[in-house]
Formats: sequence, structure tokens, C-alpha cells
Amino acid sequence: MKLEGAATRGTRTGLDLTDPNFWRAGAISTTLVMLVVLAFLSIDSMRVISVGGAHVPRYDVVNQHIGYRYDWSRRADVPVIGGAEPLFGVTLTEAQATALVREGKLVIQSRACMDCHTFFGNGAYYGPDLTKSWLDPAWPQIWMPMTGKPTREEAMVAFLMHPDQYPTWNRRMPNLRLSEREARATVTYLKWMSAIDTNGFPANFGQTHAQQ
Amino acid sequence: MYRSQKLSLRYFTAAIVLFGVMILFGLLSALYYLYPSMLFNVFNFSTSKILHIDTLVIWLLMAFMGAVYWYLPKELGREIEGMWLAEATFWVFCAVVAVVALVFVFVQYGSASEFSLWFINQGRKYVEAPRWASIGVVAVMLVFAYNVIGTAVKARKMTGIMWVLVLDLIPLLLVYLDAFPAPTNLSVDLYWWWWLVHMWVESTWEVLIGCVMALVLMDVMGTPRRIVEAWLYIEVMLVLGAGILGLGHHYFWIGTPRYWLGIGGFFSALEPLPLLGMVVHSIYDAGMHRMKTANRPAFFWITAEAFGNFIGAGVWGFMMTLPQINLFSHGTQWTVSHGHFAFYGAYVCGVLAVFYVAKQKIAGVDFLDGRAWRWSFALFNFGMVGMVMGLLISGMAQAFYGRAIGGSTLMAFTQASENPWFLAGMYARMGFGVIFALGYVVLVYDLLTAPRRALVAQPAPLEPA
Repeated sequence: MKLEGAATRGTRTGLDLTDPNFWRAGAISTTLVMLVVLAFLSIDSMRVISVGGAHVPRYDVVNQHIGYRYDWSRRADVPVIGGAEPLFGVTLTEAQATALVREGKLVIQSRACMDCHTFFGNGAYYGPDLTKSWLDPAWPQIWMPMTGKPTREEAMVAFLMHPDQYPTWNRRMPNLRLSEREARATVTYLKWMSAIDTNGFPANFGQTHAQQ
Repeated sequence: MYRSQKLSLRYFTAAIVLFGVMILFGLLSALYYLYPSMLFNVFNFSTSKILHIDTLVIWLLMAFMGAVYWYLPKELGREIEGMWLAEATFWVFCAVVAVVALVFVFVQYGSASEFSLWFINQGRKYVEAPRWASIGVVAVMLVFAYNVIGTAVKARKMTGIMWVLVLDLIPLLLVYLDAFPAPTNLSVDLYWWWWLVHMWVESTWEVLIGCVMALVLMDVMGTPRRIVEAWLYIEVMLVLGAGILGLGHHYFWIGTPRYWLGIGGFFSALEPLPLLGMVVHSIYDAGMHRMKTANRPAFFWITAEAFGNFIGAGVWGFMMTLPQINLFSHGTQWTVSHGHFAFYGAYVCGVLAVFYVAKQKIAGVDFLDGRAWRWSFALFNFGMVGMVMGLLISGMAQAFYGRAIGGSTLMAFTQASENPWFLAGMYARMGFGVIFALGYVVLVYDLLTAPRRALVAQPAPLEPA
């Protein structure tokens, strides 16, 4: 069974659209070309998203103020690294910051945070997205008064250690028995993560942040 | 019946049991949204959700393996190589799944240590199973690959479908190796994690189910091999041609360079093409055979698979894949709507068709039909479409109120989640979820009951004899 046109032309060109071999060659070559392109793009992407790359800051960025504003040339919200603002009032060396952020990641994986929350929009959708949670106005507006803590990071630690004691609505976060050390590491992780350039995700967060 | 087909039946049974567990924890997870105080500090939403999505992966994987063990000896005309190993592996696989599930239920989470990642919970979506269990899965897949390749070598015979299957197993296994590392840098972590999740769900699994569907089509409709193979190659070309760089639609917001917005948007917009091709293929085939088939439930599920894959994975995915929309829809119930529809259409429907092929063989009838399967077919489809619509409404409420108007803060998330539109969608999802679960009950009943004599008779021929 051949297509009418292909049947007559097929005698000259040898092209038969119903021949599996023709499509097999197409499948193999298409796949190989795409894989090669993906390999090059991945090498370039790794350069950009490695720690210290164009979009992902070094871990000791937690010693600095992190701002967030709309960039008209990019047409997207971008993080702005500011002056000194040490976390918990302690300036960390790069090695100390790296160790703390690493422990924060272990907390996030061991407590399966991503099975209630999202990071960069990935994970589960029961709790809010945490990509820019360090910058969120809820800490100064709600949880600092509620926990009676003087700084954002201390309010976050108090909340993370006993989330069931500081509810804000009917969906509450369960107590995952974080030690103080684990809670501090998590806060460090969240501050570092808020400084990652996410091409403007989540939507319109920069405007809210600017109004604070 | 070949010995490996008996093993298939065991895999199908395990898959159906896990399918039930998945539905159970799906209903429980949905209930948390309506009664947030339920089981508070006792059994977390996260654990329920993990059991819902991990059983999904495992039951589909088991069903795929069962399908391959079913068709492999028929395709190559010889018993499977390394059969005893395959049989032992089945029990190992079941034991691993059971232990992991028990640890999830009773331990739930650990402290911030490598020990937790090795023995309790890795906390990475879809691959939460601790590392020891992931090693178990790799071992199972290696035995599976050995069975397939070893049999082909011993039989000194390869068909086009077998080549696609064997070559597909290599990336399927390779990307799973990303189930182990835990890089501190989340951008790098998610970059490779998507190679695993995307390359499984949107590439290698699509190819695998394409092979299985090709085999089922020849079996149920008697489609000639030449046509089936040409279609399979076209599908592989389009699935991988669009899907490999379609990976880019996961690289919009994780810290990756901006060019992914264009590349990911463009190629993922092409991803529905092969799925549309499947719809055309199935309509063409059904027309060629004037809807005559030896196995009516399998035929209906194949048709549902073609349409479900196109609408659920293709249309629903396209709806939210362009970065301008994805900025607002990504990470809301909108994503959940697409996820449910896509997994159901692309994989569940196809796997159910294979179950009915197996049922026909066991029953030993030339023509399989009945009444119960129609009920489960209707309940499943009605339940799924209802759930998907409910989730879509909730997701759109989140995108509009939480993201566009609210500016994506914690309080905006809260307010969007209390919006009447969001809640209406959640109640709808729960109700239709129960309907879907009823479909499962009827399915199990139907698969376990032998076909009645009266319904076994051949239908009247269409042409006057």
C-alpha cells in the first residue's frame, strides 16, 4: 500500500513512505542530533548554575543583604546582592557557610519538605512555594510579632522548631522535630536560595517585595 | 502459556494491588485539602502524597515489565533467558516495595543525616525511596534488561519492535542512576533530577508504551507488522525529536539560563505531535477493521489511551507549557490537573488494555466482551475527567489570585487557597475521585470473574455471509 504520488516517484527516488526502514533512519538521526544539542546546552547551563556562576551565588552570600526588584532590561524580577547583613549576627567564612548550607539541604531532604512545599515551583502544592520565602513580608508582619523575636532569622527558627504553635490559617505545618541547629541550617539555605536568579519566578513577587 | 507469561500475571497482580494503594492514598491526600486538621502531627500530608506518587511509578513500572514478559516469548518464539532469576527478582521487588512503604508509614522522616537518605526517605519527589531501595530497583531493572537482551541473543532473532525496546532500556536505566546523589546546590540537583523524571515520563516510558501498544495492536486487531513498525519509528522520531529538548520546559525557573525559555517553549509545544499521530493511527486502524476486534475491552482501552495521551499529555501540557503562562501556572493545582490526565491517558489506559489481553488468554476465549468492564471504563473516564476539571479550576484560581494579583507571597497563597473557586475545585476533585475509585472496584471484580458463556459467542459478522 503506497501513497499515490510516492508510488510513481518512488520508482525514481527509491522513497517509500510506508517503508519502516525510512522512518527508522529518521528516528535514529533525529534522536542523535537532539542529544548532541542537549549535551552542549547542558555544559553551558552547568557553567551558569554552578555555585558562583552567573545565576547562582556563592554560599557566603548569606553574609549580605539580599534585595529583589524588577529589572526593566530583563523584564523580570531579579535578586540584588547588597551590603553586609550577617545571618544571626555572625559573619561566616566561605567554608562555614558551605557546611551550613549543606546541612540545610540535608534537613530539606530528610524532612521531605518538597512533598508539601515547592522550591522553584517543583514539589507538592499543599504548602506555599519557598523559592523566595526568606524575602517574604509575612515574617516581619506576622511571625516576628507572633514569636516575639527581634529578627527575621530568629522568627524563622522559632517557627521551624514549633510550627504547630504559630498557625496562621487552617492548613498548619506539622512539627517535624527540628533541632535548633537544623532550623538555623534551614534558614541559611532559604536565604542563599532567595539570591538565585530564577528568570522572574514566582510571578509578581518583586512588586510585593518593593511595597514592603 | 509460556513460563514468563505466568510471571507476567504475578507482575500484573502486584501492579493492580499497588494501583489500589495509589488510589487509597490519593483519596486521603485529597481529603487533607478539605479537612486540614485531619491526623495533624500524626500522619503528615507529605507521607500520604509520597505513597500516592511513588506507588504510581512502581505499579506502572511493574505493569510495563509484566507486559514485556508477556509478549517477549511470543515475539521471539522462545522462553525467556534467565527465567529463574526473573522469578526470584519479582519477590525481591515486592519485598523492597513493602519494606519501603512500611518505613514511610511508621517512620515517615529522619534527622538531617546521610543515614536518613540511605534508610528512611530521600525527600526527592518521585524518588523518595531510600537509597538502599533504589539500589534494589536498579538490580531489578538490570535483571529485566538481561532477560530481554539475553533472550534476543539466544533466539538469534530481532524484530524492529524488539530493537526499539532494547535500545530504550539503556537510557531508562542510565537516567535512574540520578536517584542517588544529593547535591547541595538545588539548581544543579533539579537540573539532573529532571533528566530522570522527564526522560522517564516524557521520553523512555512513551517509547516503552509505544512498543507495548504496537504488540497489543497486532494481537487484538491483527494489524500487519509492517504498518505497526513504521508507526512506531515515526512515534519514536517525534517523541524524542520534540521530547529531548522539550526537557527545557522544566528549565524555565530553576536558575538556568534564559535561552531555555525559548528552546523549552518551542520544543515542548511540538510534543503533542506524536500523540496526535497516535490518535490518527488508532482511528485509521479501527476504520480499517470496521471496529471488529477479538477483545472489546482491550480495544476500547487502546482507543482511550490514544485520545487520553493526546488530550491529557498533549493538549493539557501545551496549555501551560509556554513560559508566559507557565510563570503563573507552574507549581499550582493546574500542574496537578495536567499530571493526573497525562499519566492516566498515556500509561494507565494502555496498561489496562494489556490486562484485558491477559484475561482473554487465561479465559481461553476467542472473543472477549462483557458488561462489567463497560462500567469500570465509564467510571474511570468520568471520574478522571471530573477530577482533572476540578483541579484545573482550583489551579486557575491559584494562578489568578495567588500569583497574578497576590504576588506569590505566603499570604497570597493562603488567600488563593481560601478562594471559593479553589475550594469548589477541591470538593469536585474529591467527589470524582470517589467515582474513579468505584471504577477500580469494578475493574478488579471484572478481572477476577471468568467471562460468561453467553457473552463469549462470536458477534454476528458484519457482511452478510
